[in-house]
Amino acid sequence: MAERTQLIHHYLRHNKKFPHVYCAGCGHGIALGSLIRSVHALGWSKDEVVMVAGIGCSGRMAVYVDFNTVHAVHGRALTIATGIKLSNPNLKVIVVMGDGDALSIGGNHFIHAARRNIGLSVLVLNNNIYGMTGGQCSSTTPLGATTTTTPFGQMEKSFDLVELAAAAGANYVARASAFHAQGMDKLMQATFTHRGFSLLEVVSPCHTQYGRKNKFKTVVDMYRWLKESATPLEQYRKLSAEKAKGRIPLGVFVDRDEPSLEERYADLRADQTAQAGRR
Amino acid sequence: MSKKKGQSKVTVYPDWCKGCGLCAAFCPAKVLEIGADGKARAVREEDCVDCGFCELHCPDFAILVTPKDKSRRKDNHVVPAARE
Repeated sequence: MAERTQLIHHYLRHNKKFPHVYCAGCGHGIALGSLIRSVHALGWSKDEVVMVAGIGCSGRMAVYVDFNTVHAVHGRALTIATGIKLSNPNLKVIVVMGDGDALSIGGNHFIHAARRNIGLSVLVLNNNIYGMTGGQCSSTTPLGATTTTTPFGQMEKSFDLVELAAAAGANYVARASAFHAQGMDKLMQATFTHRGFSLLEVVSPCHTQYGRKNKFKTVVDMYRWLKESATPLEQYRKLSAEKAKGRIPLGVFVDRDEPSLEERYADLRADQTAQAGRR
Repeated sequence: MSKKKGQSKVTVYPDWCKGCGLCAAFCPAKVLEIGADGKARAVREEDCVDCGFCELHCPDFAILVTPKDKSRRKDNHVVPAARE
């Protein structure tokens, strides 16, 4: 069990300023630890991993880890990752985005990357808010929540990221929570090794911008809420609609085994080369 | 994972700790506490059951739980040369 922290320190770029920029108790830090543990557990070398991150709190993650990293433009992390994966399919491309990055600004890229089923491992760190830019409401802010741009409560319905990705055609869709780090490790390893577009949504509490405005006194209260409301998917499906309200199902939602875009492309290329050779 | 108490040493790096209080709030044996300086510290190390919660959930990688018995320590931090 123990001695994981030394391992994490091994994968960090110590010339960057530490401790990291995340606020006290931010779930992104836990997700970063889980990411490093998962990469180590899979036995990948630092050089074969490419990490592409967008803009926002989650975008800082690419700065801290000692892999090949790209800090992309806002919402376009998936497009850059698509280019990297197609040019060298042997690389393990991990895309880290926030909810604003993946669903609001890069929403179109997100659904089309899922539709193409390209072999990317996508982590969406969902904190229900635009944290870094000052707490504006995002497309995953729950109905009625107070933010700096919705002082009387959010009036729009929020996206369900998991259902969106499943409908768009992703091969693997799962949800983990920052409070359940061991479960997150398992799901993250599955996400990294799964064929095709694999998505892991991490429910990550943001106290500074979201919690303080929504009746969470301390960051610990947010984790208590997460502990109480998180439910394994199997149990969640058995609950009545009334009881399921407000609960967060965690687990694997979609597990398909369809060939990914780069595999199809490799097949096509082999076919065409063979035909050209026969002529 | 050892079920016996007090076989682990809990180290907190104060420079990295931001004092969020997650470790102190969720430690099952109440080993950690937030001190007057706003940093976590191990006050009842002898009660530690080595569950590893604090180490896994510290967002700032500031807590280290190691076996007191040196022979039981893993060599995690040194990655084999072949993998570099």
